Formats: sequence, structure tokens, C-alpha cells
Amino acid sequence: MRDEQSEKWLLWSEKIGRLLLKIVRGTVIVGICFIILQPLFVKLSVSFMSEKDLYDSSVKYIAKHFTLSNYQMALSGMDYWRVLFRTLVLSVTISLLQLFACLLTAYGFARFRFPFKNLLFGCVIFTLIVPPQVIMLPLFMKYRFFDIFGLFSMITGGPVNLIDSYWPFIMQACTCMGIRNGLYIYMLRQFFKGMPRELEEAAFVDGCGKLRTFIQIMLPSAVPMMVTVFLFGFVWQWTDSFYTSLYLNNTKVISSSLSSLAVNVYSSYEGFGGSMNFISPGFVSMINNTGTVLSIIPLIILYLICQKSFVEGIERSGIVG
Amino acid sequence: MNYFKRRDGHLSLSLVGKEAIAGLLFIIPFLVGFFGNFLPLIIESIKFSLSNMEVTSSGYVLSQAGNNGFEHYIRLLTIDPDFNQMLLRSLGEMALKVPLVIIFSFFAANLLNQEFKGRAIARSIFFFPVILTSGVILGLENSDLLVRTLSDTGANVDDTEAVLNVVYFIRTYTDLPMSIISYLTSAINGIYDIIIASGVQILIFLAALQSISPSLYEASSIEGATKWESFWKITFPMVSPIILVNSVYTIIDTFTNETNEMMSEIKSTIFTEIKYGYGSAMAWFYFICIAIVLAVVGSIISRKVFYYDER
Repeated sequence: MRDEQSEKWLLWSEKIGRLLLKIVRGTVIVGICFIILQPLFVKLSVSFMSEKDLYDSSVKYIAKHFTLSNYQMALSGMDYWRVLFRTLVLSVTISLLQLFACLLTAYGFARFRFPFKNLLFGCVIFTLIVPPQVIMLPLFMKYRFFDIFGLFSMITGGPVNLIDSYWPFIMQACTCMGIRNGLYIYMLRQFFKGMPRELEEAAFVDGCGKLRTFIQIMLPSAVPMMVTVFLFGFVWQWTDSFYTSLYLNNTKVISSSLSSLAVNVYSSYEGFGGSMNFISPGFVSMINNTGTVLSIIPLIILYLICQKSFVEGIERSGIVG
Repeated sequence: MNYFKRRDGHLSLSLVGKEAIAGLLFIIPFLVGFFGNFLPLIIESIKFSLSNMEVTSSGYVLSQAGNNGFEHYIRLLTIDPDFNQMLLRSLGEMALKVPLVIIFSFFAANLLNQEFKGRAIARSIFFFPVILTSGVILGLENSDLLVRTLSDTGANVDDTEAVLNVVYFIRTYTDLPMSIISYLTSAINGIYDIIIASGVQILIFLAALQSISPSLYEASSIEGATKWESFWKITFPMVSPIILVNSVYTIIDTFTNETNEMMSEIKSTIFTEIKYGYGSAMAWFYFICIAIVLAVVGSIISRKVFYYDER
């Protein structure tokens, strides 16, 4: 009798404990999500307001004069669809190239012994420390007058101008010199180092070459890491304003059309007969917020798509260990 | 190490040598990038820091700076009244922020790795900081004064009052030293900054947690380990290589972030005042400091890191 009762109590207390844990966890997650979402929510609500509402102190989040004209203006001002497509192609290409180059490099650092390995790995971290702004001038000069050992001068009679083409991006991506590629190499290298070696050795004994072992044995279990690297590469390429403004003068991508959006919209206003004599700060912020929302949406969609492969990753990595 | 061996009188690669060649082949992308793409630019930039630059109509002209070219560095350390102060402030900020970011992001990643309803939504929301802190979005965010005043009104006054109250409360009822209290309150006060700064780290941790084989947990639970034990005996060691990465990344990020005081000073020296030489010298001295911090922190942490196979 006693035993039964105490067992019941134990069950109950366990249940209550689990419930409490759930409540605490839920509160923490909801709280953090709120903190993250609040500024985004402000952006979203501003994007539906008309300019009057911005100066109206009784309006906080919900627009009194609900309007979609901001979106119309932003869509045309950014030349949205064409720019979107162009940026999509650029970002996907660049982030895939980066991923591939960084995977190879990281595997090399994780699994093989070769001379000066530690020094070279120090160089990887070093590329991360130096922000591109510091080497901006030589960087521009390099691609403006591009040449490899005088090879192009011999063929075409002078250095090639690669500004306003995608070649600088592609070359940087293929050689692990893109945005924060050092971080990707480091991440992937630590991941590969943390994996057991038995599988590779087994494959090697079975007569599998090194590259094939890497592709067929290591990559499947690295899927979560690869997706993360791809996502970072994509987002940072998407929103990057440093390299795009350096290399692309006339070709618009999302980041450059976003930063010139307010001016564009304003000048098209002037074309209509000039109802605005100056750019009011309220108008600028409204249009910028709308543009920001428009340029963030594709990133969110991409994340939602990629998230599925996070889950797949677990199942596949079951082979390891 | 012997990369070569002698067989029948002529030289051929030994097994170690073959491995070295394979490794070097794997890292070819980086080698080409570093030596062909990055290093020449770095050398150029160091040259700038050792010389005076004059911008002319057709380009620029370099001339060697005084004191064997070290003029800028000497001025930086002995004459410039702000530089040392700024450097110290940056270091202080780093020491304050990095532990908080690492602990928070590890905690958050563990939270997101559990099973609960709406996990997919929560994960996507935790991805937002990565977007919000990047490139053009951050720039627009910082320049947007109107919305900032719109969303902040009234909140700040309450916050300071609340913080003061909490400090008073803790001070009267516990014996904690003031330094710890002020550290904690500043952490809580800056919670938005910390959450926003740890977006990248959370995702990296999450990917690492996802890659731990579930069979390890199964085995340990069959052996009778509690969740608490399996966290410290499995999760923690398996993720420890990534803790090192995240610490290094967080340190670099706090130092070279666009909102960092030192970085904006360097930028304005180079681009607004157009003192390319002085700005480059500033940058290089700053990077040396970062490298020293990284070396110290990295060597401390990497002693504790567990690799599945150590060799």
C-alpha cells in the first residue's frame, strides 16, 4: 500500500518537474524570440504606414492610414525582380564555390600531415583578422589592372579590367578568399577532426582513393555543417555592400540597390513634377524599411528550405560512431 | 620526418611523403588564394603603413615616412592621445562580451536542439540576427534614426531605474562584490546586443550538436546515465572543438565589427581624413594586438579540447 502511494507520488513529481521545465523553456524561448523580432516588427509595421503616421504620436505599431504604396515604390525603385534574380544567381554560385573550396582545404588541414601545417593554419586565421576595408585600395587596383605573371599583357597587350564583372567574386570564392572564408575552413576542419578515423581507414583499405573517400564517406555526415556554411555564405554575399560596391559599378545587386533606394525613389518623384523639394527623413526611413523587408524575405525563405536538410543530417550521420 | 626513402639506389616518396603531397593537394585552393591573392595585398598595405601617400590625379605616389618608415607607428604609440585609450577600451569590451556570447549561444543552441512544438519556427527566428548584423542591413539600421526613436521611446528610462533597483536589492541582501554585480547587470542590460551578436555562433553550435551521433546517447542511457551526465560526458566534449572556433570567431568579431570604436576610427582616418599611411599603421598595430589575444586565448582553450582521434 505504502509502496504504491510513494510510487504514485514519484510519478507525479516527475510529471510536475517536466511540466515546469517545459514552462521555463517556453518562456525563455518566447522571450528571446520577442527580443529578436521586435525591431523587425517595427520595420514591417512602418512599411505599411503612410508618411503622416510617422509624425503622429498616437500611432505606434498599427498604421492609421494603411497603404501598400511603399511597396510599389520600393519594388520599382529597386528594380526588384530583375535585381533579385541577378543577386540570386550570384549568391548561389559564390556560396557553392566557397563551400567546395573550403571543404577541400578544411579536410586537408584536418586529416593530413604536411610541412608548415600549423603555420599555414595560422594564415587561415590571419585572413579572418584582416578586414577587407584595410586592403581596399590594393584590392581595387588588382582587379582594375588584372594580370597573372604578365600573361594577359602578352595576349591582349595590356592588363584586363575585371571591374563590373563577376570574375573577382568567382576568383575569390574559388581560392577561399571570400567573405569570412577563414571561419568556414576553421569550422569544417574542427568538425572533420572530431570525426572518427575508422571509416576512412576501412574505405582506404578497400581500395578507395583519398578524394573518393572524402566525397563518399566524409561529406554525407558533414551535411549539417555544410548547410550552415552555405547559409552563411549566401547571406553574407547577399547583404555584402563592401565587395559589391567595389567591384560592380553599373551592375545593381540587392545590397547596392537597397542603399541607393531612397535617392532613386526621390528622383523619380521629381520626374513626376516634383511634389517633394527635399528628402524628408521620415520618407527615407519608411522606404528603407520597406526595402529591407523586401530584401530579407528571400533569405528567410531560403532558410526555411535549408532547415529540412538539418534534420536529414542527423539521420545520415547515424553511420558515424 | 622522412618524406623520401631510398630504394634500389633511387629516391622515391615514403608513405609520410605521399600523405604530405595529398594534404597539400587538398589545400591548394587556400594556398593559391593566400599566396596569390591575399599576401601581395597585405604586403602592399604594410608598405602603406610605412610611407606617406599622396593622391594625385593619375593615381598615388608613395614616399618613405620618417624614422626609417616607422614614423606613423611612433606617432601612434607616443603622440596620439586617443589610440592607447581606445585600444584598452576595445580590449575591455572584448573581455566583457566574449564569455557572455559563448555561454549564451551554447545555451541557446542546446535549447533549440531539444524537441518541442514550434521548433522550426524558433530556429528560423534565431537565424534573424545573422541577417540583421550583416552588411547593408546593419548600415541602414544604424542610420535609421527615426525608427530607433520610434521604437525606443519610454523604454530607456524604465530600464535604468529597474537596473538600479536590482543592483540595490542584490547589494543589500547578498555579499557579492560590486564588480560582479555590475558585470551581471551590464550583461542583462545589453541582452539585445548579446543576442544579436551570437546569431552566427548559435548556428555553428547547432550544426555541431546535430552532428553528434544519436547512438552515443542511446548507449549511455542504456548504461544508466542521466541526461545531466550525458550532457557533460558526451555533448560537451563532442562540441568542444567548436567551442574553440566560436571563441576565436567571437573575439575577431568583437574586434573587427563595424560598430567597434577602433574600426570606425581606422575607417574614418583612411577614408574621411585620407591618411592612408597613418590609418594602415593603426590597423596593423591593432591586428597585432588581436593576434596576441587570439594566441593566448586559443592556447588556453585548445588544451581542454577533445578530438575524437588525436594524432
